[in-house]
Amino acid sequence: MKKFVVILLLAVVGYYTADTFFGIGFGSPHFVDGVKAVKDVYITQTVQSLKVSNAVTSIVVNFRGFDTLGEVTVLFLAVTVLGSILYKKRHRVGDRSVLFSASSVVTAGSKLLFPAILLLGAYVFIHGHLSPGGGFQGGVIIATGFLLMLLAYENFSVGHSVLSVVESLAGITFAGVGLLGFMNGGTFLQNFLPTGILNDLFSGGIIPIIYIAVGFKVAAELTGVIYTVLHEKG
Amino acid sequence: MIYFILIAVLFVLIIAAAVYAVRQKDLLYATIATGIISLILSILFFLLQAPDVALTEAAIGVALTTIIFVITVRNTVRMEEEGQSKEKFKSAVK
Repeated sequence: MKKFVVILLLAVVGYYTADTFFGIGFGSPHFVDGVKAVKDVYITQTVQSLKVSNAVTSIVVNFRGFDTLGEVTVLFLAVTVLGSILYKKRHRVGDRSVLFSASSVVTAGSKLLFPAILLLGAYVFIHGHLSPGGGFQGGVIIATGFLLMLLAYENFSVGHSVLSVVESLAGITFAGVGLLGFMNGGTFLQNFLPTGILNDLFSGGIIPIIYIAVGFKVAAELTGVIYTVLHEKG
Repeated sequence: MIYFILIAVLFVLIIAAAVYAVRQKDLLYATIATGIISLILSILFFLLQAPDVALTEAAIGVALTTIIFVITVRNTVRMEEEGQSKEKFKSAVK
């Protein structure tokens, strides 16, 4: 009986999924023309009115900026739940679940590499509107730098209060810049700053501000994840 | 021509790494094979002219996911055994 109900439920879900996909009509002339029109609008608007040279960034942050806010919220919720399950009240410094005693080559090398990794991550998210990359990628690169230091030095520690302050400020910046679009008589996340010159560092209006905020937020969240997982006592 | 040969070799390698990751009983080796899948996938994304996705895949798939799985393997059980793995996992979680 139970199996029958499961099969029936799966059949209903499968039928409606297939129906939806066949209803879209991939490859039909109507569909192809629609996609082409949207693509042309995005690419011409990106270069002409937003003055951003990376079309992916302009779609992710400006045309589909609300989706990015949702993504950031999902990441924030996931990190919060992980922390609430695994986080212990107080960690003693050096009290880790994974004890690799690193050799002196590793410690010296990671001390040299750590500033370079931070610089690369900052470069990736500051230049998100000019070159490939952006807030998410730059934030993850910075988090891997902190991971390297946490593995190399047993008493390296990051303050959870600092991480949460950085994370909250970055999130407030993102939502606040979005809300400022309303005050200038537009919609949520509408551009209100001068767009500048194409291929300039200070171009694209609010896009660099939002990507820098996203970069700080992702870096703080993922550093918190690594720290919590590494110090979780089994 | 050389472009297609490179893509074909990468496809063969990625499928081989995926099969190895599923069939390997040592979970640490399986985790490293998963990292290799992400590495090859990021090269493929780059060759298919999607550098943004390639950066994301390289940073998240190769570095972060692999490290989190390695820490998890270290904290639970390393070898996958049939039948006993559930009880061992329960005792390791406690």
